Amino acid sequence: MDLMHSLRLVAPEELLSLSGLALLLASAWLGSARAARVITWLSVAVLAACTVLVLPGLSNPAGADVQAFGGLYSADAFAAFAKVLIYIAAAATLAVAPPFLEKAGAARAEYPILVLFAAMGMGIMVSAQNLLTLYIGLELNSLAAYVLAAFLKTDERSAEAGLKYFVLGALASGILLFGMSLTYGFTGTTSYAGIAAALQGGIAKGALFGLTFVLAGLAFKISAVPFHMWTPDVYEGAPTPVTAFFASAPKVAALGLTMRVALEAFGTQAAAWQQIVIFAAIASIVVGALGAIGQTNLKRLLAYSSINNVGFILIGLAAATPAGASAMLVYLAIYVAMTVGGFVAVLMLKDGEGNQLEMLGDVAGLSRTRPLIAAGLAMVMFSLAGIPPLFGFWGKFVVFQAAVEAGMVPLAALGIAASVIGAFYYLKVVKVMYFDDPAGKVTGQSDMVHAVLLLASALFISPVGYLLTKCLGQFAETAAAVLFAGA
Amino acid sequence: MIGIGHYVTVSSILFVLGVLGIFLNRKNVIVILMAIELILLAVNINLVAFSAFLHDLTGQIFAMFVLTVAAAEAAIGLAILVIYFRDRGTIAVDDVSHMKG
Repeated sequence: MDLMHSLRLVAPEELLSLSGLALLLASAWLGSARAARVITWLSVAVLAACTVLVLPGLSNPAGADVQAFGGLYSADAFAAFAKVLIYIAAAATLAVAPPFLEKAGAARAEYPILVLFAAMGMGIMVSAQNLLTLYIGLELNSLAAYVLAAFLKTDERSAEAGLKYFVLGALASGILLFGMSLTYGFTGTTSYAGIAAALQGGIAKGALFGLTFVLAGLAFKISAVPFHMWTPDVYEGAPTPVTAFFASAPKVAALGLTMRVALEAFGTQAAAWQQIVIFAAIASIVVGALGAIGQTNLKRLLAYSSINNVGFILIGLAAATPAGASAMLVYLAIYVAMTVGGFVAVLMLKDGEGNQLEMLGDVAGLSRTRPLIAAGLAMVMFSLAGIPPLFGFWGKFVVFQAAVEAGMVPLAALGIAASVIGAFYYLKVVKVMYFDDPAGKVTGQSDMVHAVLLLASALFISPVGYLLTKCLGQFAETAAAVLFAGA
Repeated sequence: MIGIGHYVTVSSILFVLGVLGIFLNRKNVIVILMAIELILLAVNINLVAFSAFLHDLTGQIFAMFVLTVAAAEAAIGLAILVIYFRDRGTIAVDDVSHMKG
């Protein structure tokens, strides 16, 4: 009976892995290139089914009833919130991939299947209640992601991106593992609850080292400064749909994982990691904003923007309060919509022969030739800059509010000051699109799917999104309460 | 008598060697793969030593998982390296820098 209960709780992961394997067989049977489109849409359907499957979990409080396999895995409200974001982001970035891959001559059925496996790994990451589960989930996601980055086999930049991502990702996993081994040695357990209990009285030197290594490894995965250097290269070199995927779903998973580790496992020793997180937050905001200024490639620019956004999200973690955690989740939800919208807009930039355009100069005067794409991209940029009344402002607002409530006024003030630097390059893109002479390069047509997704994300980040603040805030609060249930 | 401290010292030295191997190496990407293995083996020494010290099996089970994942990781790393070599005709570390900024 106990096993049946556990198997029911991990239903989304089972569905993802079984359908991934079945689709892999189907693609081998039908021919990988021929079946690519069908399997892509089937995979989107699987991800949608998984989203429906986790929706009821959005109100699950923490506790023994939602723990599977003897406390290795938890299907609580926090996991459900993160999984909804992950599955939606994965499905959206999958749906825009086929035209790009067909043009690049890489339309293969393995692509959606790898995304499914990565999504399964991400689900395990945010549900993990034990360092071992954490590691397996992280690697399931990372190993699929390395292959995705190098998916365009004949493209030099894609291969280089794959290689860089692999080397630095493996290094990050190594650092994380070393930290976990020290944590295990000095606390005697790998379960989050056990670690929290063992650290109740104080933290030993060895466990402190372990904590630092674990945070350094996780900072790599969320591309926080000072472990961000791989991000621009990988985001530029990877195929654009893959970059859109990297910037959305795995970010949610890695940040969810970081929250779980910091607030659940090391929650009793918050003072030990707060300084590290505060440094990473401020450094990410500043480096992300300054690094983006000179960029001429839109994908690189969005990479620096994602570093910048991670900094803002980490401010919520630095607060180490339920309000801070719930603010992070609200920010993440808005961030996913902005990122997906931004990359879909970049994917829609094509020249007459259908070749992908990605330079800042290519979008000059876009408002006159393709007003809809220009309007969508402009909204994303304004929202990323946090300019009211767009929804991006709300994310920054709740994060800063949580920091101020936790008594971190200087941190919030620094964050606000640095977001002004960020506004410069976001607005520069808008200026180039609306006030420069038309370059006339963007002439190609895009799929309906792209337009629909751009419209959907634009609608979400438009002032209409504020209608959602109440329900989004409630779900985020329930989810955040899970992390503080043990404390 | 060899105690837990000795094991942790050895594993820390191996870990640092592995990290330095990634950053100081300017020649060959294969050496980076070896350095990554070194890091993972340092972790395994740590896990097994702590497991014996604590009389707790978790660490040894963890080490088994790490070994398995390391094998998969090496396979994927080599596969990406093969793709890279086909495009570029070299695997020298200094050449992995077509994107910058």
